[in-house]
Amino acid sequence: MERLSITIDGAIIEAPTGSNLLEAALAAGVYIPHLCHHPDLEPTGSCRLCLVDVEGRGQVLACRTPVEEGMGVRTDPGEVEFARRVTLELLIANHHGDCLSCVQNQNCQLQQAAARVGIDPQRMARLRHPEPSGERDASNPFFTLDHDKCVLCGICIRTCNEVAGVDALEFAFRGHRMRVSTFGNRPIVESRCESCGECVERCPVGALVPKRFQQPAREVRTICPYCGTGCSIALGVRSGRIVSVEGDRSSPVNRGRLCVKGRYGHDFVHHPDRLTTPLIKRFGRLVEASWDEALDLVARKLAVYRGNRFTAMASARCTNEENYLIQKFARAVMGTNNVDHCARLCHAPSVAGLAQTLGSGAMTNSIGELRDAACILAIGTNTTAAHPIIGLHVKEAVRRGAELIVVNPKDIDLGRHASIRLRQRPGSDVAVLMGMMRVIVEEELFDHGFVAERCENFEAFRSSLGGFDLERVEQISGVPGQAIVDAARTYATRKPAAILYAMGITQHSHGTDNVLAVSNLALLTGNVGRPAGGINPLRGQNNVQGACDMGALPNVYPGYQKVADPAVRSKFQAAWQAELSDRPGLALTEMFHAMSAGRVKALYVVGENPVLSEADSSHVLEGLSQLDFFVCQDIFLTETARLADVVLPAASFAEKDGTFTNTERRVQRVRTAVEPVGQAKPDWWIVNQIARRMGAVSFDCGNPQAISAEIAAVTPSYGGMAYERLDHGGLQWPCPTPDHPGTPVLHTERFNTTGGKARFVPLEYKPPAELSDPEYPLLLTTDRSLYHYHTSTMTLRVEGLKTLSDRELLRIHPDDAARLEIADGQTVEVRSRRGRLEVEARLTEACPPGLVSLTFHFPDAPTNVLTHAALDPASKIPETKVCAVRIEKLNGKA
Amino acid sequence: MQSDPRLEAIFSSFDGCREELILLLQRVQEEFGYLSDAGMEAVARFTGVPEGTVFGIATFYAQFRFTPVGRNHVAVCRGTACHVRGARCILEAFEQHLGIKQGQTTPDREYSLETVACIGACGLSPCVMTNKKVQAKMTPGKVAEVFGRNGSAAK
Ligand code: SF4
Ligand code: SF4
Ligand code: SF4
Ligand code: FES
Ligand code: FES
Repeated sequence: MERLSITIDGAIIEAPTGSNLLEAALAAGVYIPHLCHHPDLEPTGSCRLCLVDVEGRGQVLACRTPVEEGMGVRTDPGEVEFARRVTLELLIANHHGDCLSCVQNQNCQLQQAAARVGIDPQRMARLRHPEPSGERDASNPFFTLDHDKCVLCGICIRTCNEVAGVDALEFAFRGHRMRVSTFGNRPIVESRCESCGECVERCPVGALVPKRFQQPAREVRTICPYCGTGCSIALGVRSGRIVSVEGDRSSPVNRGRLCVKGRYGHDFVHHPDRLTTPLIKRFGRLVEASWDEALDLVARKLAVYRGNRFTAMASARCTNEENYLIQKFARAVMGTNNVDHCARLCHAPSVAGLAQTLGSGAMTNSIGELRDAACILAIGTNTTAAHPIIGLHVKEAVRRGAELIVVNPKDIDLGRHASIRLRQRPGSDVAVLMGMMRVIVEEELFDHGFVAERCENFEAFRSSLGGFDLERVEQISGVPGQAIVDAARTYATRKPAAILYAMGITQHSHGTDNVLAVSNLALLTGNVGRPAGGINPLRGQNNVQGACDMGALPNVYPGYQKVADPAVRSKFQAAWQAELSDRPGLALTEMFHAMSAGRVKALYVVGENPVLSEADSSHVLEGLSQLDFFVCQDIFLTETARLADVVLPAASFAEKDGTFTNTERRVQRVRTAVEPVGQAKPDWWIVNQIARRMGAVSFDCGNPQAISAEIAAVTPSYGGMAYERLDHGGLQWPCPTPDHPGTPVLHTERFNTTGGKARFVPLEYKPPAELSDPEYPLLLTTDRSLYHYHTSTMTLRVEGLKTLSDRELLRIHPDDAARLEIADGQTVEVRSRRGRLEVEARLTEACPPGLVSLTFHFPDAPTNVLTHAALDPASKIPETKVCAVRIEKLNGKA
Repeated sequence: MQSDPRLEAIFSSFDGCREELILLLQRVQEEFGYLSDAGMEAVARFTGVPEGTVFGIATFYAQFRFTPVGRNHVAVCRGTACHVRGARCILEAFEQHLGIKQGQTTPDREYSLETVACIGACGLSPCVMTNKKVQAKMTPGKVAEVFGRNGSAAK
């Protein structure tokens, strides 16, 4: 950036062009009083404190004046000082509160301005409003808004609009009654506020403050343990406890911003429910045991079940190093490829589908590029709830002029920001996408050059479009033909265009077809291999990408190297000094059947809760009951752990070192902030211990860094990932060598397929495996809440998150509810062919008529007793997005 | 919430662009007598303006009210002449008598109370409008009289 020089109060300073006077002065260490300015926000010039005198121009607001070469600025002429003092005194007159007891004390912009301007206490006493209004909004569990301290700078309002894109706040009323208000002046929790705390972070005074605050003694940079976005956080630690969380402004992923879970969701670490000692089941009860007892028992028992009678479930919550060890344990010690994890339930179709068309199943582009997209197609992703910070990037792109197309059966919040909204019937995505592609091909809007040079199989694909004329597409999907045309034209002509998708695409019995349709669309328009475009599956859990990369999958070793390939296998046999099986193992969704059938007798579950997360949970329970030996390793005694023979207490993310790989393939460092509670141990230590007690030789890495070096040695795409290189924002794979800069955009030159070309795949429409019928007349879909994570083992142990959402709600359209005579808040029974549960009904037009939805966050309403385990043939994912249900009101119950 | 045919009818003669916001709010108030939360939410959806912003704008203008008018509407004048002659005491007397604050409506929807600027009867100040009728030379003592015999029903 070009720099120019200006003079402030006689001193010459340098400033980048495009900055304003206030920023330039502050950067040069010259303080100018200011309240309404924040570097992340558009300047509004409303507080009028930053008044300065510019030679030849007179008084101007520094925050609204761009720097110009040679400007002469004075911050201290008498009239400027006078005007500023009057403004400030008025503000202070309306500001009640005792600085000494204020959280912001020493950090407050009003104090700082007063100190600079010099306020006469006597005049102040006269000016002061006699009575504080006493109005405080303490409704939010995490922060309060004290109107008596508010200086009406508007920063919170602009933050909520410009940064969070939520628009919960606005100035309301006028004159002396003017105040920051929600819609209808309701308490903040009853507004559309998402509790992200971004406004709290930016309030310049003590008006918006966190409810709990303690100055940390030190800060540790690490990665948020919740979703796959992988936001970088700084955990503040004091006396061995986490007391604060801050977003890391240097992170390319979140640039300092966090969602409610990332900012306020860390109390689970110190929760009294944490497992603190190993437990062994004796006479039907889990009782405390020593590590030696527990580990010896596990080693002795597992030794009996070597081979395919054993299976392991790795964890998308654990680090790369740990997942690497778990799959290595299954393969090298237990001699089986029976290892899988919950990626099976979320993005197995992405891995299967994109590996086939592009040669790699991961997000092709980076989160940070989204802001430069000219068009974003978000299909089957409720981004603002499930990947909130990626949601912010999408909203930012829209602010910068991108067209947003939202395709979702439900009316999701992102729709507010979209220019085109399609609400298809659940499971009709292939029809919608193929319909769009037919329009693009017919109108010659596709990228001929890209298709000819970089793709193959186009003709076969083109002829499969024949069946997708607009009438048929409308018939299948319920989306009007014109909307398909609009979406097709917008997506095809605005470049670069990025596609985001998540479980709305994958969790179907034809999930792989859905992924292939997405892939076809991006290829057709030449949107792959270019920045800000691409095909972007949003991965769910913090480290689900890493768990896949590490080979916690039944058919591949780390780096997606196939177990069936003899050359690969002999490489790993040499590295691990063990005989390895060449037979791909069982997928997660097949493991329970194998248990029921008696083919698998011993199970090792690490950090997963399949009893709640698997489709059709009764078959999970049935499988588990047939086991001879079951070890479960977790941070809490989950619904699954309760059933185990041995429970091993693991360290949480904040208590260990390692790396997580986020959804954009970015490998980032996780660092120890506090010591593990009780006798809990990091998962890598536990796996090592079991392996060594079973006589394994190559489990001697004494720390995560050493394990990571071993990973780099056997995994080409991780070859250059060394801890010392990951300190500044991490690296994106492939990163094959120690000097490779990482890869933000995949497939720029060639595809990772045999011929180097991407492949079009002809498709047909397939309906969901289960449709509504007279007996089960409604369709049930599953989704996520912003306030909870997965089976909520962590989030339900954070009081504030529980306050914001404490129970399952069945969302149902008012018309359906009226027909069934169900009132809002009434308890109903939901029944499918597989099970039943009771839940409170919530009437909302967000669900179209005929469709109801549930999350699966609440153990007392285990949604997966209802869902259907119809598997996608290619990826074996169960169809958790669609099943048929019947709803009845429960008479006599509240 | 379900779409309201009366709102739909109003919206049918507008495009739904931002500039129409004030006009829309005025029409909704004409139709319903006040701006309900549901009414403002509908306007917000129709114009694509965040509902908080709609509320902020509506509360900025004195012409909008947010509670339904009662069957009997009391408007206490706070213009200069009335103010000088004790409009404040009159207002307080009404507030006490009706058990509501200015801008509010009794729960039975019988009475609503608000303050207005000069109603052009300064010679009779302090004055109050009850429905369409000007009550001249008010005193706190005359408040009960205004309501006649059913004054107590107001509570
Ligand atoms: S916490 Fe977030 S969503 Fe809520 S008002 Fe503040 S910025 Fe808006
Ligand atoms: S609450 Fe804070 S940020 Fe919001 S207007 Fe008041 S002083 Fe400014
Ligand atoms: S968006 Fe995801 S990674 Fe980021 S703070 Fe929220 S939960 Fe954590
Ligand atoms: S900081 Fe410039 S006007 Fe407020
Ligand atoms: S001031 Fe009350 S009528 Fe004019």
